Amino acid sequence: MWAWIQKFSSPKYFYDMSAKLIPWFAIPALVIGVYGLYLGFFVAPTDYQQGESYRIIFIHVPAAWMSLFIYMVMAISAGIGLIWQIRLADVIAASSAPIGASFTFVALVTGSLWGKPMWGTYWVWDARLTSELILLFLYFGYMALQASIEDQRMADKASGLLAIVGVVNIPIIHYSVEWWNTLHQGATVTKLDKPSIHIDMLIPLLLMALAFKLFYATMVLVRARNEALYRDRNRRWVRELVEKL
Amino acid sequence: MNKRSRRKMLVAMVVFGVGIATVLALTAFDENLMYFYSPTEIHAGKAPADRAIRVGGLVVDGSVRREGNGLAVQFDLTDNAAVVPVSYTGILPDLFREGQGIVAMGRIDNAGLFVADEVLAKHDENYMPPEVADALDAAHEAGKTGAPATN
Repeated sequence: MWAWIQKFSSPKYFYDMSAKLIPWFAIPALVIGVYGLYLGFFVAPTDYQQGESYRIIFIHVPAAWMSLFIYMVMAISAGIGLIWQIRLADVIAASSAPIGASFTFVALVTGSLWGKPMWGTYWVWDARLTSELILLFLYFGYMALQASIEDQRMADKASGLLAIVGVVNIPIIHYSVEWWNTLHQGATVTKLDKPSIHIDMLIPLLLMALAFKLFYATMVLVRARNEALYRDRNRRWVRELVEKL
Repeated sequence: MNKRSRRKMLVAMVVFGVGIATVLALTAFDENLMYFYSPTEIHAGKAPADRAIRVGGLVVDGSVRREGNGLAVQFDLTDNAAVVPVSYTGILPDLFREGQGIVAMGRIDNAGLFVADEVLAKHDENYMPPEVADALDAAHEAGKTGAPATN
């Protein structure tokens, strides 16, 4: 089995394979995303309290979910890279960080813009908002460690360890609204009870979440291909690839 | 132990150690992580009197009184167990209304009145169209008076 894993996780195999995979994620991401946005912005009913402003959840909530999801992907990949020293895992982790940071940023900005008219403030230091901001800094810390350490193996080790340590923040973000009094409202969908959102609003929300997931899959493949090429720039398979051009 | 299982142990220990440390730290700072106090906690004297605090609760139905120049407002906050009267001068957020959750920041004066410098609306996790909210209200009312709910 070990030989099998090594074959499928070799950067060369990944490079060839991912080229075929990308359209299978990119096209559904685009189609579902456009349809989800159309449903969310034009078809879904107005909210009884917030009027039209609530429509920001179709961006804000999927972005926030992705910020947590991508962190877990990054930390697990980094852990696999650290323990089993599979180079592709480190490539995936390194490629995921900027995407996750972007989603975190989008979640923070959209939430802030919604907060001003609804709460009456752009920002409060409650447990949910603060822990999400820490998540953004964890991504930045990972990226900074990756960029500042010259030796790639050392960089993967150091940043991977940071990613794993940061995992502790993920349940804190999710449960912050239950453990402490926060200004941020509790979970609407991601709880064991029935979602407390009308079905006509829930469907576009879930479609957007799916579209964001597919978008991430597309993006991480594109970025990981570049990263794999860059890291192996002195290896034979990359040289052969370049010579063929 | 070979190298791989040693690294596995290392990662497991890091996760475990950091987890324990975080749980301890969060437990120790529990009070400070609360964004606001509830009216019950204020009545129980849990909130410090010497500095500005936040109090969160529902605006009691029918308690909102506007005074004089139109920006000064008084209302009662409740967590369905205790009530704290609040006074505030300024612009209220869109979601401020009777029966809604809000968070006010300020101090308690000697008369027991909470003088707020800032009032924020706390939104709940429910999203629905107005028709559904009306239907729910109607059903709730019908349930209260014992009459059969009509759809």
